[in-house]
Amino acid sequence: MTQIALKTEKLTIQFGGLKAVNEFDIEIKSGMIFGLIGPNGAGKTTVFNMLTGVYQPTSGSIIGFNKNLVGLKPFQITHAGFARTFQNIRLFKNLTVLQNLQVAMDQNPKHKKFGLLSTLIKTAKLLESEGEKTAECLSILKIFNLDSRAEEIASNLPYGDQRRLEIARAIATGSRLLLLDEPAAGMNSKETASLMHTIKDVRKIFDATVLLIEHDMKLVMGICERIAVLDYGVKIAEGTPSEIQKNPRVIEAYLGKAATNDQAR
Amino acid sequence: MSKESQNKFAEIPGILGMKGWLFAAAVIIFLHFTLQLGLNAYYFQILMFAGINITLAVSLNLVNGFTGQFSMGHAGFMSVGGYMSSYLTTTYFASNPDMLQNPIISGVIFFFALIAGGVAATLAGYVVGLPSLRLRGDYLAIVTLGFGEIIRVLLLNMNIVGGARGLSGIQPLTNFFWVFIFALLTVFCVWRVVHSAKGRVLLAIREDEIAGTSMGVNTTEGKVWAFSLGAFFAGIAGGLFAHYLTTLNPGTFDFNRSFEIIIMVVLGGMGSISGSIVAAIFLTLLKEVLRPLQQITGYDLRMIIYSLVLIGMMLTRPQGIFGTSEITSLFNYFKKRLKRGAP
Repeated sequence: MTQIALKTEKLTIQFGGLKAVNEFDIEIKSGMIFGLIGPNGAGKTTVFNMLTGVYQPTSGSIIGFNKNLVGLKPFQITHAGFARTFQNIRLFKNLTVLQNLQVAMDQNPKHKKFGLLSTLIKTAKLLESEGEKTAECLSILKIFNLDSRAEEIASNLPYGDQRRLEIARAIATGSRLLLLDEPAAGMNSKETASLMHTIKDVRKIFDATVLLIEHDMKLVMGICERIAVLDYGVKIAEGTPSEIQKNPRVIEAYLGKAATNDQAR
Repeated sequence: MSKESQNKFAEIPGILGMKGWLFAAAVIIFLHFTLQLGLNAYYFQILMFAGINITLAVSLNLVNGFTGQFSMGHAGFMSVGGYMSSYLTTTYFASNPDMLQNPIISGVIFFFALIAGGVAATLAGYVVGLPSLRLRGDYLAIVTLGFGEIIRVLLLNMNIVGGARGLSGIQPLTNFFWVFIFALLTVFCVWRVVHSAKGRVLLAIREDEIAGTSMGVNTTEGKVWAFSLGAFFAGIAGGLFAHYLTTLNPGTFDFNRSFEIIIMVVLGGMGSISGSIVAAIFLTLLKEVLRPLQQITGYDLRMIIYSLVLIGMMLTRPQGIFGTSEITSLFNYFKKRLKRGAP
């Protein structure tokens, strides 16, 4: 039996009179690449923000790796195995590439944390753990082909590399579910193609589950095994890419009513 | 990747070994005994203020520079520590005056009084750290500024520490050894903390709090922690300052004092320990170097030139003398050049 990585039930959030997300249900099996799409303003990022604890849902439940995540703070949710990237890149800009990963690696639950006293004395155990963490960071960077840039300041990286560094950083937290918010935004088609490979590799190497929001249909249809479509805060469809492409409600949401007769793409 | 470059990463950057720190402590002890023999009292005083300012600037840099939380209440923490330790020593030595004769016993008592002052300031830092969880930027600056004023007004109305008259008759227990040992201890602690996993938490908070928290960093804890540690050393510096001046009054620690420390941190470079040290020494000296100017010209040009220097500095090098780099990276740079055989 495959494990369920994430399951939400009737997830709802209300801002004043507006139900930004209404009774949203998804179930993501471990190891899956799951796409969340929808027109602008459909509430995709709001779903992400609820899943990562930035917003507290008005009602509904979020179960991640058999653990209730509602009410937890963002950093606790990361410890529970969820890590995200951002629509507008949020790297630690003035830190080096390696330091960006080290910050995340320090929080990885499998590494021991040290108190003030051992930090000051620099105990042998601490040094050993630091060495292990650094080596692990470098091996992650290597998978992303960023190891040669480990000592560069993050903001000096080209755009595509910054996006990939963000994913690498999310992996360094030790999370098993990656939430990627528009990972291909602003990328050219070549960069997008390489990103698709990266995401697939990441799943294979790190045994990760991926939930991604994306507008680039080539990427979504190319790598997602299942897709959910959100429109005005309501899930209007869910299924495999080919099912979604044929779904009249999806076409309507994207292109309007009159276009339902045309076949999209 | 070659073995060599992997080792380079494995080493935590720029941490001096324990031997280096102990050597520095030995130098301080040596200077403690030699300087007393021949140094002019006026120069000695400048030296003491420079040492206290190093402690203050480096500890504030932990909060303002490394954690990115703009605190304007450092003088407030200083006064908490100063009053606490002075109160303890004056009451103790008032009932046991003969203990003063023994330099070792009085030194030990002084040490514990300083630590008590530091702990009191830490508690104050914890209290200020709590609202800072919700506030950032200018708002936090205003809260900490307000905190400094609250402390000042509280002290003004506390008769037990003399109120507006101030606390006088504090024993002059501060000497070269204590000032510089604590300055060294501050630099040591801040240095080690900043170059560790704990320090990376602080850097993450400075760089991007939202990204930090979604990488699993408990930003709240990190901020309170930085505030408390910064306040601890400010409290100790306050104690050293009080036992050097031997009198305290609430006005000593007004917000001008906080600004003076902030200027040191900004001038040296937010996020550079060496920068804070250099700026603390430089600004302490600058004020004194300009003092004779008044006798020559007849006008008090001192503060005007002082501020012109700061304005000029900020126009030409807004990131401060060192930026975020340390003096050790300068050594590394020269080492690399030497290796390459470049002139």
